[in-house]
Amino acid sequence: MTAHLTRSLLYLDGVTVSFDGFKALRELSLTVAPGEMRAIIGPNGAGKTTMMDVITGKTRPDKGHVLFEGDIDLTRLDEAEIAGLGIGRKFQKPTVFESQTVEDNLILALQAPRRVASNLTWSVGEAAARRIDDILETTRLAAMRERRAGSLSHGQKQWLEIGMLLAQEPKLLLVDEPVAGMTDAETAETARLLKEIAQHHSVVVVEHDMSFVAELGVQVTVLHEGSVLAEGSLDKVSADERVIEVYLGR
Amino acid sequence: MRASSFGFVGPLGAGFLALLAIAAILVPLANLALPVGSALHVSTAAMSLAGKYLCYALLAVALDLVWGYCGILSLGHGAFFALGGYAMGMYLMRQIGSRGVYGNPSLPDFMVFLNWTKLPWYWTGFDLFPVAALMVLVAPGLLAFVFGWFAFRSRVTGVYLSIITQAMTYALQLAFFRNDMGFGGNNGMTDFKDVLGFPVQADATRAALFTITCVALGGGYLLCRALVTSKLGKVLIAIRDAESRVRFLGYRVENYKVFVFTISACLAGLAGALYVPQIGIINPSEFAPGNSIEMVIWVAVGGRGTLVGAALGAILVNYAKTLFTSGAMAEYWLFALGGLFVVVTLFLPKGVLGAAMDWLPTRRAAPRERTQPSAARDDDGRGNLDPCELT
Repeated sequence: MTAHLTRSLLYLDGVTVSFDGFKALRELSLTVAPGEMRAIIGPNGAGKTTMMDVITGKTRPDKGHVLFEGDIDLTRLDEAEIAGLGIGRKFQKPTVFESQTVEDNLILALQAPRRVASNLTWSVGEAAARRIDDILETTRLAAMRERRAGSLSHGQKQWLEIGMLLAQEPKLLLVDEPVAGMTDAETAETARLLKEIAQHHSVVVVEHDMSFVAELGVQVTVLHEGSVLAEGSLDKVSADERVIEVYLGR
Repeated sequence: MRASSFGFVGPLGAGFLALLAIAAILVPLANLALPVGSALHVSTAAMSLAGKYLCYALLAVALDLVWGYCGILSLGHGAFFALGGYAMGMYLMRQIGSRGVYGNPSLPDFMVFLNWTKLPWYWTGFDLFPVAALMVLVAPGLLAFVFGWFAFRSRVTGVYLSIITQAMTYALQLAFFRNDMGFGGNNGMTDFKDVLGFPVQADATRAALFTITCVALGGGYLLCRALVTSKLGKVLIAIRDAESRVRFLGYRVENYKVFVFTISACLAGLAGALYVPQIGIINPSEFAPGNSIEMVIWVAVGGRGTLVGAALGAILVNYAKTLFTSGAMAEYWLFALGGLFVVVTLFLPKGVLGAAMDWLPTRRAAPRERTQPSAARDDDGRGNLDPCELT
């Protein structure tokens, strides 16, 4: 493995995925550096969610390399193993455990052994309790602690899911459309939350909402038809003619 | 975990255990100590019938552990029950010794009848109670482990899993029908004499079996309750509600499913083993696919995901079955059972117990107690018994 590879946290090279002949990803290449926050934008069907599926082991690419921390080949691992390596994912549609309390959702996500035997006897220790308090504070859900997650508002579910990501203590967070369906106030709050998280983690955010991406103020990668169309600051990619043509100009 | 005054069993579980303890003491006393003419006397037949209900209740608790908490709709739990029953039946057959019709000291009558000259290898050790007792748990547990290992690793879920569990119990039924399997074929095993040296027909033995069944049900309940209130229980509920999400949190879902499926099968086997000496027979009809479906109805009627409700449902439905099938209405029992299932699904999606708890003031039913699957779907008001949703 060459030296420059080991410096990137996530490295995708020539990744192709096809579903019944339709190429969801074609020769996609992308690197994310440790500590970086990256926004991924692109029109519907550009392959953003498929890319997340490939990284998290839900979908196997037909060809290409997906490396984590330089030398771990993610295409050979399953979802649980990849999560164990420190890659956390927030889904487009908020997916929390609705019949359980907000606190229980966080307990399930909390960094702890995942084996059956360990979980027979595991109980919330002092450190875990403090961690849960911190996350509830960060995600503004402290008052909702005992509530069933199913009874939360849409925005609160999104935050709970981000909180669950934090509880996993991942090295890389993949966040799929965190502000879809949110009010403007909630969107601003989420941007604040993500920026706070990005101080200590590498984050990849997939988003449609351009004002939200502008608020994050990070490097942007534009996907189109399964490959990278442009990369750079939002101002730079917004000025790119091809980007305007396929996406912004419409 | 929030400590309540009743510990991890909660007030409902404490009440259930108290009732069981009272039954375990009073029913045998009323049978043995009171004269036959007394109004409070419990006949041996009634006690054994109640013992049968309690075996079914233990089976229902075992089924609720996998279905109510982990979303595995097993339509093959009758197979685990029957395997436990057969292990006990084999021990009881060996206890007959030379008192059989053919007087053969080591071969059961049905083997003599088939002109067999020696015991098949897999009958070795079944004359010893500890071996048989171990096999009561190991035989169903091993089957569940191997079956679960393949099914859950291949991510077979929902109706597909239900169908293959049906196929499993049906295949076993056909196998056990065969005489050359060495399990008594069509007739199964019966005409038992002793258990641990005590005559199996004697009132005192029946009373002891009843008490042991109460203890087993209480113990099985405590084990399941401990599991579902641990962090492992939270993982199980999470698997039931959003399986793939659990994988992305880093849990190996298949390991959790195999674990809980195996525990459940062992408990079902124990229920079968206690059933056989009280009923006096075990035959391949216990493997019938219909039986396994009936068990699911008990759990649904009582209240899925409550454990106590499952036990209650098993007792209620079987008591109704006894009343129904002993009268002129006997022929219509299956219609009544089917109708009951439809009515419960439509009007009591949380079962009898769930409905009763909803009637109580909400503060009594703390959020922690209410982990019923349907609670997750309150918002859209849908029922919870569509097997397609139980993945």
